[in-house]
Amino acid sequence: MASVRLERIAKRFDAGGTPAVDGVSLEIADGEFTVIVGPSGCGKTTVLRMIAGLEGPTAGRIFIDGTDVTDLPPRERDIAMVFQNYALYPHLSVRENIGFGLRMRRVDPVDIARRVDRIAESLEIGVLLDRRPAQLSGGQRQRVALARAIVREPAVFLFDEPLSNLDAQVRAQTRGELVRLHRRLGTTMIYVTHDQVEAMTMAQRVAVMHKGRVEQFAPPLDVYRAPSTLFVASFLGSPTINRFAGRVLPDGTSQRFDGGVRLRVEAPLAEVATLAVRPEHLNLVAPTEGSAGEVTLVEPLGPETILHVRLTGGEQATLRLGAGTTPAVGDTVGVSVRATEALVYDARGRLMGRGVA
Amino acid sequence: MRPDRAGRRRAVAGYTAAILLASVMLIPFLWMLSTALMDEFEVFQYPPPLLPADPQWANFPNALTQLPFARFFLNSGILAVCMVLGQTLTGALGGYAFARFRFAGRGAVFAAYLGALMVPAIVLLIPRFLLIDALGGVDTIAGLVSTELVSVWGVFLLRQFFLSLPRETEDAARVDGASEWTIFWRIALPLARPALATVALFSFIDAWKSFLWPLVVTQSLEMRTVEVGIASFHGLYYANWPYQMAAAVTALIPVLVAFLASQRFFTRGIQLTGIR
Ligand SMILES: Nc1ncnc2c1ncn2[C@@H]1O[C@H](COP(=O)(O)OP(=O)(O)OP(=O)(O)O)[C@@H](O)[C@H]1O
Ligand SMILES: [Mg+2]
Repeated sequence: MASVRLERIAKRFDAGGTPAVDGVSLEIADGEFTVIVGPSGCGKTTVLRMIAGLEGPTAGRIFIDGTDVTDLPPRERDIAMVFQNYALYPHLSVRENIGFGLRMRRVDPVDIARRVDRIAESLEIGVLLDRRPAQLSGGQRQRVALARAIVREPAVFLFDEPLSNLDAQVRAQTRGELVRLHRRLGTTMIYVTHDQVEAMTMAQRVAVMHKGRVEQFAPPLDVYRAPSTLFVASFLGSPTINRFAGRVLPDGTSQRFDGGVRLRVEAPLAEVATLAVRPEHLNLVAPTEGSAGEVTLVEPLGPETILHVRLTGGEQATLRLGAGTTPAVGDTVGVSVRATEALVYDARGRLMGRGVA
Repeated sequence: MRPDRAGRRRAVAGYTAAILLASVMLIPFLWMLSTALMDEFEVFQYPPPLLPADPQWANFPNALTQLPFARFFLNSGILAVCMVLGQTLTGALGGYAFARFRFAGRGAVFAAYLGALMVPAIVLLIPRFLLIDALGGVDTIAGLVSTELVSVWGVFLLRQFFLSLPRETEDAARVDGASEWTIFWRIALPLARPALATVALFSFIDAWKSFLWPLVVTQSLEMRTVEVGIASFHGLYYANWPYQMAAAVTALIPVLVAFLASQRFFTRGIQLTGIR
């Protein structure tokens, strides 16, 4: 059990090049389940590897349980890691794979056997103990990798996209199991993924990374409702959040954005601003009441329908509608913004205000 | 044409080519065997007979006792064991270091290694002899063996192999608490078995067939190796071909055994590394 604190850590793989990680600070509480999410190449794996001690930061400090571990090798950090491709030892049996870490720590062999058996039992891989990794399915390998991490009872678990090689069904099931595991063990877990569903459903707090920086670190629903940057707003949520360019003028009442969107906002004056609205926060109204547009695509998903509308200025708007009658392609419809849910970002993409009723 | 007939035709063509190639390899060996069983004068008949009229099995014991071949085999065996152990071990250590560790001058040192591959062995013969002579190693096992313990080619092959292994396996061991030595011995080395077997086999063959260096660095009869011993049938006994061939056939046996024993690993090693 331990907290993890990153103090402005940075990693540059080649001197002069762009940094893979650029001043990341995170304070992860003891026992917290944190998800680091971001697009490919944003530095998630690099952050995790620095916490593990597999990569040294070029700047910044790393603390585990209040101790500065920046210069300690992995084996002195009391962490366990599950790798994206599992990284099992191909020449060792499942039993030896799981027990390897304990053997390295000179745990009594009788004790090792007992602990390996118990973990294997709880993960339902007891019958596989004498097989080699090559004789296992992807899901089984994933469990072995998990068992290898759990058996050591580390202070911190690190996961690097552990579910990305599994098919959708196993992935959904394992997601639930990991959350239950976390609840049972109560150990600090740091989980890297580029899958927003995993981020939203598993995390107590999500760190959204972009180009080597953490753009926001907050509970998933907070991140969803109040993304602190335009990048975060666009990265999380499917379909993608609607964006309308415009400016914030001093008249205080109604502001105009592209696509004929008008609403009152509470935000500092800005020559360049972007209004961002989730698809579920756009309402379908009569063409005269909101921005008029033409329906270009209807995607019925069952419980909801996604409606794509081309507004008069040529802007695309995406609406999420509940079940019920929906317009057809080619219909002219009106779109209005649920003002209190609308977000206003400045020219640099930072959240600076919201719409008001 | 039905696809299976096309497939069969291709298989027939493939096997025919393989059989032809195999015969090309096999014929000199069969001729050698045949010569080993001829009597001393039959060899010089014209046209040369394909098979001995009356197989002289006694050629084998006679040839092998004419000179101290037991001692030659022992010397060759010592050389071979030392070369196999030395070259696989130094190859694994060097190859792993080049593949995995960052250190100042790694690129330059590796380039120098590759450069050394281009130097013909014969160019090094005299410098090596002078060095061993200065160290007082001429005509000793230590002198014979010591300059053969590292194979640049072995380092190179194992480096390539280690580069092809996923680093994450080693990282997993690192997180699991293994030291760098443990990772090398327990993880990297077992995974490199096919490549190690390839290096070991080539070292063995290299050791067994080496001629020039043992000829130069050994002087007394009891320090000679098998190859040098076989060659001394020339001149000493006015080119006794059957004796020489009988000794050569005997000398081939360990090579065949070594090849058969390591064949499985060795072909896999070639597939895995794609070199040599
Ligand atoms: N060993 C390395 N040497 C050089 N550059 C590296 C190295 N490892 C990562 N990088 C670079 O650092 C950046 C971040 O890589 P990282 O693997 O952390 O991304 P990621 O967020 O995990 O991406 P993904 O979702 O694709 O796994 C990338 O631009 C990558 O090319
Ligand atoms: Mg990654």
